Amino acid sequence: MIQSLESVIRQHPFFRGLEERHIQFIVGCAKNVRFDQNQYIFREGDAADQFYFIREGLVSVELMVPQKGPATVQTVGEGDVLGWSWLAPPYRWHFDARALHKIHALDFDGKCLRAKCEEDHDLGYEILKRFANVVTERLDATRLQLLDLYGAHA
Amino acid sequence: MAHTLELRAATALITDPMIPVWYGIERLKRETHDTFTLGLAPANGTGVASFSPGQFNMLYVFGVGEVPISISSDPENCPALEHTTRMVGAVTKAMGALKRGDLIGVRGPFGTPWPVAEEAGRDFLIVAGGIGLAPLRPALYALMKQREKYRKIVLLYGARTPEDILYRHELERWRGKFDLEIQVTVDRGASGWRGNVGVVTTLVGRSPFDPSNTVALVCGPEVMMRFAVMELQKRGVAPQRIFLSMERNMKCAIGFCGHCQYGPAFICKDGPVFRFDRIAPIFGKAEI
Repeated sequence: MIQSLESVIRQHPFFRGLEERHIQFIVGCAKNVRFDQNQYIFREGDAADQFYFIREGLVSVELMVPQKGPATVQTVGEGDVLGWSWLAPPYRWHFDARALHKIHALDFDGKCLRAKCEEDHDLGYEILKRFANVVTERLDATRLQLLDLYGAHA
Repeated sequence: MAHTLELRAATALITDPMIPVWYGIERLKRETHDTFTLGLAPANGTGVASFSPGQFNMLYVFGVGEVPISISSDPENCPALEHTTRMVGAVTKAMGALKRGDLIGVRGPFGTPWPVAEEAGRDFLIVAGGIGLAPLRPALYALMKQREKYRKIVLLYGARTPEDILYRHELERWRGKFDLEIQVTVDRGASGWRGNVGVVTTLVGRSPFDPSNTVALVCGPEVMMRFAVMELQKRGVAPQRIFLSMERNMKCAIGFCGHCQYGPAFICKDGPVFRFDRIAPIFGKAEI
């Protein structure tokens, strides 16, 4: 079944509870995108003017380690939000994001949403609350990774 | 009369839970760089003692010591009793150095099982971390054996690195059957690894199960289980449908010595499998 972009956004838990006018604005900022396997979705240092909802596939968030190649920090999959650098200056990506499989995603125009959030602080607060949750979850997960729980001396 | 008394005494000796029975090592398989599986059969040629998924045995390396190890074999097709463990202490290191044909002492099985048969008709979400997959393996065998009785079965498994994944071939085989969803993640990826990277708890939110009708079985390091419980509750799984396998220093395995006291319970006798709502007030408390 092919779902309209609007219904995908309405059903996503991330946007649950938003006012209708805000949903309408966000739908206007979104488009469907696809990435081939191994294609970079964004690269470290580039302008961060989007964020993504992954609808299908797995994305590797990675850092290029000189003389060693890319090191995957985490993977982001179906239903997850990818990218929050668009929210805070200097609006540059801090990591690379590479498609491990073919990716179907929603691409949101962060630049446009950022301007709207400055203008409408109610929307800005709602968006920030939701991204704060995403950041908290990723921080918790990273802390657990750092603990090396399954190591022999954990 | 005297003969009967002797016989009774002998029977009492054999069934005494404190006396190990001799088992011979039939099979010794290196799983990863620091884990191995022992396949054990009774030295006297009798059948393997029956057990339920989630139970454990006390394994005794003569002259070194005794340790509790979960049973990891198929409870219904068990020519050899399997135990998978990691070489971390003196006993497990000595165990890892044993060879085929060597003898080992076995007491058990002990402890409470995973609620597999009791929860027919539900989705099963199994969350395992590291060596915690071993005690869950018998539950997976039991679920797969009566697959038609259950709805979705999802296994989420986290390992340290791709090289630390336990039962790799079995996981690949199960995944190929299409009636069991398996997601594996590693804390540290390596070049060539194209799967998930991140802690296993991050997979809970992405998994396809019906929270209102799901039983979750969780086993791994206690910190991992704490975060797994948080994620499960966030998804809406009821505390009385979350089951955890707890671990403490067990010695007697029958609730006498008190080494494994866990609040008002003994892990060896009242656990190791606990329903979460029954231990929620003490779960994660540093003092307990």
